[in-house]
Amino acid sequence: MSDSARIMPEHPPVLDWVNDFDHTDPRWTEDPFPIWDKLRSTSPVVHTDRFLGCYMPTTYEAVKEIAYDTDHFSSRRVIVRDVRPEISNRAPPITSDPPDHKPAKQLLLPPFTPDAMKKLEPRVRVICNELIDEFIADGQCDAASRYTKHVPVRAIAHMLGIPEKDGDLFIGWIHCILELGIKDDDVLMKAVHEMTAYFAGHLAQRKAKPADDLISTLMQAKDKDGQPLSDEHVLGSLRLLLIAGIDTTWSAIGSSLWHLARTPADRARLVNEPELMPIAVEELLRAYSPVTMAREVMKETVVSGCPVKPGNMVLLSFPAANRDPAVFPDADKVVIDRKENRHAAFGLGIHRCVGSNLARMEMTVAIEEWLKRIPDFSLDPAGKVTWSEGTVRGPRQLPILFKKTA
Amino acid sequence: MSGQLKIHVNQDKCQGHARCKSLAPELFDLDEYGNAHEVGDGRVPAGLEDKAWLAQSNCPEIAIEITEE
Repeated sequence: MSDSARIMPEHPPVLDWVNDFDHTDPRWTEDPFPIWDKLRSTSPVVHTDRFLGCYMPTTYEAVKEIAYDTDHFSSRRVIVRDVRPEISNRAPPITSDPPDHKPAKQLLLPPFTPDAMKKLEPRVRVICNELIDEFIADGQCDAASRYTKHVPVRAIAHMLGIPEKDGDLFIGWIHCILELGIKDDDVLMKAVHEMTAYFAGHLAQRKAKPADDLISTLMQAKDKDGQPLSDEHVLGSLRLLLIAGIDTTWSAIGSSLWHLARTPADRARLVNEPELMPIAVEELLRAYSPVTMAREVMKETVVSGCPVKPGNMVLLSFPAANRDPAVFPDADKVVIDRKENRHAAFGLGIHRCVGSNLARMEMTVAIEEWLKRIPDFSLDPAGKVTWSEGTVRGPRQLPILFKKTA
Repeated sequence: MSGQLKIHVNQDKCQGHARCKSLAPELFDLDEYGNAHEVGDGRVPAGLEDKAWLAQSNCPEIAIEITEE
């Protein structure tokens, strides 16, 4: 294979999941759960030569071991790709290891506390209803493109202080970075450059005239030595917030509506027992966790008895961990009122998702407002539900039918 | 259950998932970073014992310690 030609490896269909898994295979995309069960029943850690060598921990314990071990497993690369790009797309703190990690994360935590989310909640309720207003009279909609896609986009844009109407631009970049860009480096880099230029423009505007938004908060932040953050750090963190804040929550809301569309009993419970919603949101997060992370193996070690060698990536599957029957009775069922649920949808250890409170608030509000206006709905049998490929899983097309109303 | 329950949030383990605050708001407070600590000296008022156990069993970091005096 010639380096100068930059030929992308092919992805032949998987014949042997245990020794050659591929999370971009259409069968994984369509229904990953039985595949994970099969892998988990074989070994706590499996390996493929694809993606230049990649492990996947299949149990909650193995995922936890790796997440907690920042010494052997680095976050300098957090997406499993066909190639290993330059370590230049820094997006602190997700790509940070200790000791850089903690100060970078501390800066972002205060704007994302549950109390901060309470202030944002009314705006999110308005956003949800504005979106529903557009299709409520039709009796049908693609809930993904008309609803779930837009809620997190507008909410994070509002927090950052960028125009909500630029939403389609953000969605395009994210599609390139998280889906197309796994197999096409040029697509990835073009999107990253465009996003960076966009934010650089906003930085310049605020240098002249500071605003009361998250971009300004970051620009005014000081590092542990009391110095302002470099533009590179601010831009990296802004790219992270936009990417992390959109596809992930969009997927979680979408999966939740997909589940409710197919499960009248759970719909009825949520309509009749609204106090159940916080518990239900946690169970939907467990069963349909949208985010899989990754790590790079830096030093040889053993995970749950399995040897792990440097030079490999690790597909750090929190969704697979959340389906582990050793930890969750009836792991493969949605138990809408599950009482004990220490799921790992937002990660484990120091890289716990900064946006977890925002995600929970958006999910809760998006589902509540939908159920208030559309308590009764089903999947459109004439349509097809399609799922996103790669690192974040959620419905990208979700055709729904409901009674026409106002 | 005869003893007085006492909760303590291990600050080295807490990562700010905030499940405890959601399930047992009377027993936990969050700081400006969203990390949790027990209210007061951690003594669980009568009638809130179930909430204390629920919070403990839902903490993904197993950061909540409960002792019985």
